[in-house]
Amino acid sequence: MATKFDAIMARRGEIMRKALGMDYSEFELSPIAFDYERMMTAHGYSLDEIVAIQARAGVGSTPLLELRNLTDLVRSVSEPGKGARIFVKDEAANLAGAFKDRRASVSIHVAKEKGYEGVIAATSGNYGAAVASQAARNDLKCIIVQETFDSRHVGQPEIVEKGRICEAYGAEVVQLTVGPELFFHMVELLDVTGYFAASLYSSFGVSGIETLGLEIAREMEALTGAYPTHVVVTHAGGGNTTGTARGLERAGATETQIVSASVDLSGLHMASDDDFNRKSFTTGHTGFGVPFATWPDRADVPRNAARPLRYIDRYLTVTQGEVFYITEAMAKLEGLERGPAGNTAMTAAVSLARDLPRDATVVVQETEYTGAGKHHWSQLNFAKEMGVGVCSGDPKNNVPGKVIVIPEAIEQIHAKDSDVPRMRKSYIRNALKNAPGGYVPTSDDIEFLAADTKSDPGTVQATLAELAEA
Amino acid sequence: MTDEIRAREGEWVEVECKLLDPADRSKNLPPETAEKPLMMWVKGFALGEAAKGEELTIETITGRKVTGSLSAVNPGYFITYGNPIPELTHVGRDLRAQLAAYRASIGGER
Repeated sequence: MATKFDAIMARRGEIMRKALGMDYSEFELSPIAFDYERMMTAHGYSLDEIVAIQARAGVGSTPLLELRNLTDLVRSVSEPGKGARIFVKDEAANLAGAFKDRRASVSIHVAKEKGYEGVIAATSGNYGAAVASQAARNDLKCIIVQETFDSRHVGQPEIVEKGRICEAYGAEVVQLTVGPELFFHMVELLDVTGYFAASLYSSFGVSGIETLGLEIAREMEALTGAYPTHVVVTHAGGGNTTGTARGLERAGATETQIVSASVDLSGLHMASDDDFNRKSFTTGHTGFGVPFATWPDRADVPRNAARPLRYIDRYLTVTQGEVFYITEAMAKLEGLERGPAGNTAMTAAVSLARDLPRDATVVVQETEYTGAGKHHWSQLNFAKEMGVGVCSGDPKNNVPGKVIVIPEAIEQIHAKDSDVPRMRKSYIRNALKNAPGGYVPTSDDIEFLAADTKSDPGTVQATLAELAEA
Repeated sequence: MTDEIRAREGEWVEVECKLLDPADRSKNLPPETAEKPLMMWVKGFALGEAAKGEELTIETITGRKVTGSLSAVNPGYFITYGNPIPELTHVGRDLRAQLAAYRASIGGER
């Protein structure tokens, strides 16, 4: 029997087309391939125009800081000759306190230009604050749909704070219990209001992040005489990795290694009412990082502009306890009190820098604002209330949802390498699964899959043969 | 006198609505989620009077009308930093000492 849920989802394509102001079908090339670069540039804005839009919006040109104390601390536990210089782009200095302002500024500019009365975004993250802030500046109405509470109406403090800040910027905040039907309600609201869908995954939003990569390349060249050897990105849905890497590339920093980093939340189910409040990170974690990398087109747009496997060189994971430790250390050593989720990449960078030569340069490409709710103390106190253990010890003993182990010393921080080749295979399996049954990939499809996984046609063919055999 | 929570017309309130019954929810949910309804809370200005739990229509800040049961009047935010975390209180002191020792060993800050 068709439910209310099914009825809305059946009309999803038509509703989204109207709400995105863009017809994605023109980019489709086959049941597997589409023209990614054409989709990314279809909005018609040059990178310089996006820089200008953001300058007017109070977004971008954030400080790039060298972290001399942290670097020396890492060198104190490195082998001789090791310990890369660590830098951070202080994205908390953007108007609403996060790199997400770069995404929102372009989306909201487009919504205004196209004459929409308002905007809607489904997000429990900093993106909500960014959309609400930019909508306020552009005199647009704004609705943010959030997954906030478990079935007992207990809210994750980080998300409750994000709801508060959205309301502070004049947005209507629709708060829901746990479940993927958040998306269903967003589509329903788009249908009723006729507002613009300020999707996190549109080409507008992801293009807005390219300026971050561009600034990092230019500012590092001015500061050190060269592009950075490594840029570490906090990775969730993949937009941050994609946009930053594209911006670096466009600036000419083609040799820079792109290292994505997520908090390890393996074992916790993202749609579980029981697990919801047992996680201390609501973004920047593997619960988004892995599924979105291995199948980006699960998003709220027909084709996701965030395609991280196109750009990732390494994918590191760190534990919640390690990130809380580094968040505390950043405030005490570098005078940067910032939100924990944005320090995910910082934590991975500490581990990475220890193993790199001294002349290597590691840029952590974001920070985020902090405050009551969105603070590492709030998160840890809430975890304790939810029955999650908090103790000092070796982070190896950290178990997501059960115990948060805070390191006793900086040398205990060790990021783990995820198996990127395996993620590429998983992506190809998903691409095939989403094509009609029996579809045989053409040579153009193989080229597309190779580009979409930063791989080569030979490797893709080998994977396809392996999958056919299985 | 009663301490019953009541909303008067024009007050800033929150209503609660059931968006989906368990039977109408998405498939493939874990059982602990699937057995619960999808609930929603929205804030706005009361368009009438109601006691807590009674039906009320509100006008949200974007001008939408939403009908649900009154869940709060003038709802606030009670998020805090809370107490210091004992596992973290020593971090600043220890790392500064480690940094000082390292710099002394290499003859000062570079």
